[in-house]
Amino acid sequence: MSVKTIAGKEVNVSDDGYLEDMNQWNEDIANEIASEIGIELTPKHFEVINFLREKAAAKEALTIRGVGKSGVVDIKGLYKLFPKGPLKFSSRIAGIPKPTSCI
Amino acid sequence: MKNLLILGAGTSGTMMANHLLPKLYKDQWKITIVDQYKTHYYQPGFLFLPFDIYTEKQVKKVGKKFIPSEVNYIQKKIEQIFPEENKVQLEDETINYDVLIVATGSKIAPEETSGLTGPLWKKDIFDFYTFEGALALRNKLRDWEGGKLVVHITEMPIKCPVAPLEFAFLADDYFRKKGIRDNVEITYVTPLSGAFTKPTCTTALNYLLVEKGIKIETDFAIESVDNDTKEIVDYEDRKIPFDLLVTVPTNMGDSVIEKSGLGDDLNFIPTDHNTLQSLAHENIFVIGDATNVPASKAGSVAHFEAETLTDNILLYIDGYPLKKEFDGHANCFIETGNNKALLIDFNYVTEPVHGNFPFAKIGPLKLLKESVLNHWGKLAFRWIYWNMLLKGIAIPFVSRNMSFKGKVFDIKPEKK
Repeated sequence: MSVKTIAGKEVNVSDDGYLEDMNQWNEDIANEIASEIGIELTPKHFEVINFLREKAAAKEALTIRGVGKSGVVDIKGLYKLFPKGPLKFSSRIAGIPKPTSCI
Repeated sequence: MKNLLILGAGTSGTMMANHLLPKLYKDQWKITIVDQYKTHYYQPGFLFLPFDIYTEKQVKKVGKKFIPSEVNYIQKKIEQIFPEENKVQLEDETINYDVLIVATGSKIAPEETSGLTGPLWKKDIFDFYTFEGALALRNKLRDWEGGKLVVHITEMPIKCPVAPLEFAFLADDYFRKKGIRDNVEITYVTPLSGAFTKPTCTTALNYLLVEKGIKIETDFAIESVDNDTKEIVDYEDRKIPFDLLVTVPTNMGDSVIEKSGLGDDLNFIPTDHNTLQSLAHENIFVIGDATNVPASKAGSVAHFEAETLTDNILLYIDGYPLKKEFDGHANCFIETGNNKALLIDFNYVTEPVHGNFPFAKIGPLKLLKESVLNHWGKLAFRWIYWNMLLKGIAIPFVSRNMSFKGKVFDIKPEKK
């Protein structure tokens, strides 16, 4: 864990760049992390991000399948918004912990 | 008389019946167990069946043999659980319960992926998570002359998460021994970012894939199977061609869980990670593959869970607070081919580590290192399963919680 300045704010991040505390998040931070990854955020991205944050706050496990069934976006759409790592990248941009997969 | 009802007579349900019978007062409690199937399969054996290492006989027995005779065993289909009314509807009768243990497991759901059960299903596309699938695959492999073999995981979580990788290792060995390894291209396709589901394992063990010439494709989330071009296609239109596809389809909890409104997206029951009590109903407990706890869906996990759950059922019926004890402990052998295997030991928060097992300094088993002894350990486990594990006999020197003695934390664990 280390402290990093993102969009002018000091935040705690994990080794692979996920925010440690989702309450330190704001939209500027989201935009900066997204541009690091190479994604430009649109209102549709924020709809997904807000959905993920609500689920994370409720401590619900996040899966691509779950997002696909949410009515916010289907799985194909999720891949279009966050290519190459729909859940990994969207979670990082949303300031929530890295989704864990169980062995 | 009060009723303790167990749904499912697989690994977990059978263990719970054996654990609880001697511990509950016989004049106060009646134990009933329900399962629609007559046969109890040794599921770890499904890995060996396709390669003619095990025979059909070695992986199946009559389930009733493992249920104590004082337990009321009912071989009927379970229709629905009514948690508000404390009753379970079977095909032609209703059973009331005071305490319910759900051990209905998980099963493959190939119909979840478009095209998977198309014209090539059981011709060039196989699963090995069912007895029938493993057997059909064995018959296919016996005459297969080579080509592109794709070993594939659809989505997590799956039962025994290392099994597909073991399958790839054993396939390498099998084709070498047949003298046709040069004609076979093995590709391992996973939705995860590495071959192993735990990052420390990927760090420590990636050399195995290189050594065996197994190609790997990561971050592949399948959308469909194209039966005409013989390709699997992901959500970003990445395509991987196959001649023979061995897939682990989506794993889901039993449909009775969905029907009863007790499950999540995949029909797994939201369960307290440490007590194994259902989150929604205090007199319902869940064990094994049926739970949604973030531990492996594996027999060793069920075994460790059973010990904690037995204590908690006794505490619950006497009105005491439950022990928050279960730590996600798993202990798995990983076959690597050529009569060698690895052993890994981990829990919810600690990733697999190096060291000796079960005794510090002595071993004799080595963690995270290939050895012939680990392979014999894996094969011996079949005997342990039928003769000790199902009967609820503790495995000597292996505790329900993960022990940190004799373990070396030299691989950087990923922080959760």
